[in-house]
Amino acid sequence: MDFNDTKEEAEFRAQARAFLDKHRKPLAKGEANNMLSERDDPDTIKRAKEWQACKKDNGWAVLTWPKEFGGREATPIQSVIWSQEEAKYSVPPAIFGIGLGMLGPTIMAHGTPEQKAKYIEKMARGDEIWCQLFSEPAAGSDLAGLRTSAVKKGDDWIINGQKIWTTGAHFSKWGMIVTRTDPTVAKHAGLTYFIVDMEAAGVEIRQIKQINGGSGFNEVFFSDAKVPDSNRLGRVGDGWRVALTTLMNERASIGGGGGGMRTEDLIRQARQAELNGKPALEDSAVRQKIADFYIRSAGLKYTGYRTLTALSRGTTPGPESSIGKLVGAPLGQEVAAFAIEMQGLAGGALGAAQEAYLGSPGLRIAGGTDEIMRNILAERVLRLPPEPRLDKETAFRDIPTGPPSK
Amino acid sequence: MISAMNFDFSEDQKLLQKTARDFLAEHSPLQTNRDVLEGGKDWSPELWKATAEMGWQGAAIPEIYGGAGFGHLELSLIATEIGRSLAPIPFAASVYLATEAILLAGSDAQKKKWLTALASGGAVGTVALAEGPGFPSPASLKTSFSGGKVSGKKIGVPAGNIASVAIVAAKSGSGVTLALVDLAAGGVTRTPTESIDPTQASAELNFAGAPAEALGAEGKGFELLERVLDRAAVLLAWEQIGGAERAFEITREFAMGRYAFGRPIASFQALKHRMADQYVSLELAKSNCYWGAWALSGDDPELALAAPSARVSATQAFDLASIEMVQMHGGVGFTWEYDCHLFYRRAKQQGLVIGTASHWREKLVQRLAAKQAA
Repeated sequence: MDFNDTKEEAEFRAQARAFLDKHRKPLAKGEANNMLSERDDPDTIKRAKEWQACKKDNGWAVLTWPKEFGGREATPIQSVIWSQEEAKYSVPPAIFGIGLGMLGPTIMAHGTPEQKAKYIEKMARGDEIWCQLFSEPAAGSDLAGLRTSAVKKGDDWIINGQKIWTTGAHFSKWGMIVTRTDPTVAKHAGLTYFIVDMEAAGVEIRQIKQINGGSGFNEVFFSDAKVPDSNRLGRVGDGWRVALTTLMNERASIGGGGGGMRTEDLIRQARQAELNGKPALEDSAVRQKIADFYIRSAGLKYTGYRTLTALSRGTTPGPESSIGKLVGAPLGQEVAAFAIEMQGLAGGALGAAQEAYLGSPGLRIAGGTDEIMRNILAERVLRLPPEPRLDKETAFRDIPTGPPSK
Repeated sequence: MISAMNFDFSEDQKLLQKTARDFLAEHSPLQTNRDVLEGGKDWSPELWKATAEMGWQGAAIPEIYGGAGFGHLELSLIATEIGRSLAPIPFAASVYLATEAILLAGSDAQKKKWLTALASGGAVGTVALAEGPGFPSPASLKTSFSGGKVSGKKIGVPAGNIASVAIVAAKSGSGVTLALVDLAAGGVTRTPTESIDPTQASAELNFAGAPAEALGAEGKGFELLERVLDRAAVLLAWEQIGGAERAFEITREFAMGRYAFGRPIASFQALKHRMADQYVSLELAKSNCYWGAWALSGDDPELALAAPSARVSATQAFDLASIEMVQMHGGVGFTWEYDCHLFYRRAKQQGLVIGTASHWREKLVQRLAAKQAA
């Protein structure tokens, strides 16, 4: 066991650093990147696009992509090394992740030569930003139950319906959408996948106001929006298979850690807060909690190290990487709640812990709820059988969508 | 900054683990544990001898003292396999506690005499701490060491009935000394304790002026004890991981084969989500144990944080796995014939033997707070 780069890894790291040194400033102590709240202002987006183009033009964007699409076929560990190094410098927030990580590879796998030529280079350079239109108000965990319809009319498809939880829709040029094209067949068989122009007529984007006041997501309404058949990705009725390619490319979360607030912060707060006439840090229940948070965070951190080791040996992390989200997201919520509770009578005033508390439920839902993560671990890692289903063979239009009417 | 890395055991180490697993599958099936449990015995001397011949008791003992001279990474993997098999031998008391203590603080003469005997399996060692409920402090210890003699009563001494050498925490002057007592030298009365896990039986030891010598510096015994316990915590945590893993495998197998309401009970989310939680708890514990093994093998100061983390999370994982094992088996899980209770007993016994999870959480916070104040 050791924590050192191999010779090749060290060389790659040095190259990355040389490039970064030339173009960016290292972060000052205590300075942080990636403020979510500043993501949608035009200046931030402009700076993000410039940095992406600079990386692309110098061979430091889309590292893991095939060479024919402008990548360098880097290994997963090289990709991690790059991210580690880039994170030490002052860089604009990453707003291209969904396109580069999930949608680009989907076009590579299922697109026509024309589609590949038209979209991929501009996506890689950050010239055009992409979003993913999958979830619907009535189709979240049960994604294949989606209802947004696409009906063929001449050489076009007419799209009607609503998508939701679309990250970055309001600054995206293109979206990738899964629609229902045949409600008379079983749910997974009646779907078709398209590329839509987010600026086209009939596409209306509304930002969602979250419980923490932020607006990272959107609702997108389609009212007779027209999409040419040349924007179809994959065959009619093959949308589920194409969507799975997108979902499988969802970047495995690597590195662990998390839990939001650090143990040092909790200990400092516990020294300051008063409980039963003494500093809260002297209270046994408080101490037990702090230890528990620390131990779970450490477990996550070193699980990340094990994943890195597997990556370093060329293994791609599998569904077991769901552990990071399943542990980290609730942990963040618990830690925030605990920090607020230590503040006691003063805990109602909005501060970092309160902000974290308000934001934390989102992390337990987005990208697969805690419950879906447990299903993934149970079914794909532990190989336990799935729950029996009532909707697999039934025509989509006959699947119950609510309690029977009286 | 940690980067790309090799946070894993080597191929040679994994091969050693495989050998250990195969060996124990043959020499220590669960029936071996049950034979001790049902036969009113304290342990399996045959298995003890067989593992000593494999060099396991001396895995971390240098060759000059008759050990195999592997190291603590190797010992961690052996511990996992011992844990998987619920081997009815005093491996924890003798190897993780007594051997580590003598390795850390023994004089050359003490090492020559005892490490050689411990490595060969000819001696069984233990550490005697408790005098009442809870965990003793330097102020509460009543057992005394002076003039080369130990007097006092120790309870819940692991392997107390079969050990040949004990390291006894005793008051001496204003401090605490760890006293090395040859239990065959007289002045010691042993009373077996009926134990929650009879395959890891404990005993009450009464010392009446038993001849003893100090292990390490006199008066500095509690600091030494902390170091010994940190090392034992990592090794025992690996053993707990082994037990938890095996319990979970058996539970999973059962839930796949048991049908209710026309389908395997493993298909119900009420159970599969809990099995996912067991898996997560086991993986987090394992990761902390990797950290612990890394710190232990390199004598890194991070051991002060890694040891409590490994200990607490492994205790939680084994508790959860053994409790859920009984529960998910349903009625049969509560029968003597099924093996669930073997794990249920062992998990609880191991969760206590070097201090509870709460005790180790408290220790962790003391260290974190001290680190921050510094």
